[in-house]
Amino acid sequence: MARLARLELSDDEVQRMASELSHVLDHIEKIGELDLEGVPPTSHVVDVTNVLRQDVPVPSFPREVILAAAPEPLEGGFGVPSPGASPE
Amino acid sequence: MSEILDLTAAAAAERVRAGELDPAELFDAYRERAAAEELNAFTWVADGPPANGDYKSAPLGGVPLAVKDLFCTEGVPSQAGSKILEGYRPPYTATVVRKLAEAGAPLLGKTNQDEFAMGSSNENSGFGPVLNPWDRTRVPGGSSGGSAAAVTAGLAPWAIGTDTGGSIRQPAALCGLVGLKPTYGACSRYGMIAFASSLDQAGPLTRNVTDAALLFSHMVGRDHCDSTSLAFPGELAPPKAQDLNGIRLGVPEELTGEGGGIEPGVRENFEATLKVAERLGASIEPCQLPHAPHALSAYYLIAPAEASANLARFDGVRYGLRVDGDKDLLTMYTHTRAAGFGPEVKRRIMLGTYALSSGYYDAYYGTAQKVRTKISDDFRAAFERFDFVVTPTSPWTAFELGAKTDDPLAMYLNDFCTVPMSLAGIPAISIPSGLSDALPVGFQLAGPAFSEQRLLDAAYALEQAIGFDGSSARR
Repeated sequence: MARLARLELSDDEVQRMASELSHVLDHIEKIGELDLEGVPPTSHVVDVTNVLRQDVPVPSFPREVILAAAPEPLEGGFGVPSPGASPE
Repeated sequence: MSEILDLTAAAAAERVRAGELDPAELFDAYRERAAAEELNAFTWVADGPPANGDYKSAPLGGVPLAVKDLFCTEGVPSQAGSKILEGYRPPYTATVVRKLAEAGAPLLGKTNQDEFAMGSSNENSGFGPVLNPWDRTRVPGGSSGGSAAAVTAGLAPWAIGTDTGGSIRQPAALCGLVGLKPTYGACSRYGMIAFASSLDQAGPLTRNVTDAALLFSHMVGRDHCDSTSLAFPGELAPPKAQDLNGIRLGVPEELTGEGGGIEPGVRENFEATLKVAERLGASIEPCQLPHAPHALSAYYLIAPAEASANLARFDGVRYGLRVDGDKDLLTMYTHTRAAGFGPEVKRRIMLGTYALSSGYYDAYYGTAQKVRTKISDDFRAAFERFDFVVTPTSPWTAFELGAKTDDPLAMYLNDFCTVPMSLAGIPAISIPSGLSDALPVGFQLAGPAFSEQRLLDAAYALEQAIGFDGSSARR
């Protein structure tokens, strides 16, 4: 699960979290006892549908403004480590 | 100085507009207090008032505003209380902050909060806990704890926060302030660093109901940058109601009975407040919200699920922290997130990832969304008989720092009375209703979608009758 969430957890964290989360899940699982046959799930709490805007192009932020916050701006894009480098 | 400090925000705005108070003097009075504070309420304070400050004709009169850290503010640190965004200065400003600045409430500072708004005590901030001005050994509540502490201590005239499951109302209750969670869609969320997108709403934290109404009236409206935002139906006027004649209040048995774990002092105060409401002409009867006891369970599936998706963007690529950039991509992702996120955020990401994972989706997230439908139906049925549903805002007064940090579930139970309204998307306001052992207690009123004007009116009438005095926390 940690890998799916892209989180590196220490053994200590895994242990602590497993016990905390099973405690929380025990509480949460009580909703499984409700009879919800035929109840539609909520998709949006306020009554709006198909919100559309005019299809008019507007300028976006200049590239250098966005890249100013990046850890590794690289040739006009976001620099990242190679996905192919061998993991430890 | 103390004369300025004693003015409510609305009164200060009136003075400026009448030419009786210099807005630069007003700004500096608060700026100096905010810069010298010892509650850890602020993460950033402005150097001085904005240069182009002609506030005589501005509706908000130049009264400076404290803004929760998770609102993006152009060129100003916006870190959502997280080390993963330490030092991040966004290139744009959140719509509500921009609207308030345009209406004459310039940015005073950014306030501390639980990391990504996940918490009820402000102890989950990456930048240290905030102290409650009523008692510095206690928490101010959360997640908008910095905003609440700042207004309570007179470090800011007013503030905005966000509420996902109680993050405006609960700190308002624990600090003796007014806090309004608006109807879902009333205020634009553009520029708010997202926690749970189907729940998050911005709202005011203020000394009194009049200030809340004034601030809120300049926050609402449709924004083409947030397709969940709506044009607010009707006008918002300063609240004036002097009584509650003809108002029917429903007291939900499921939230105010034994299950909620309400402290005796809070219960006593709640019952006394109901008596005040009755004297003002309200009728009070028990009502039923049969699914409300399950709201917390549904909330702690839906909110973490949405958070796990929203927080996927913090990966060391586009902004914020990067760790081990010289290793492979996956290692960089996992190490960055391990170093940047605090324990509660990790816990919720794990819970959310689990709730959304293949094979569990229907049992957890799907079921929670059905419970949500039932909770909305419960409220709809209640509002056929009642104008408002009322509860204590928090089952407890402000607790001591560290008292609940070892037990996440106990911390989550803090939101027992605030989460149902969030799931239903309806507005709710917390007003200070007195003290219990020298600590503030909050009284919550909730109404149907877009009933904010009526809610504010009722809250105002109650406030006048209660006569709460929070001035001792401002010294």
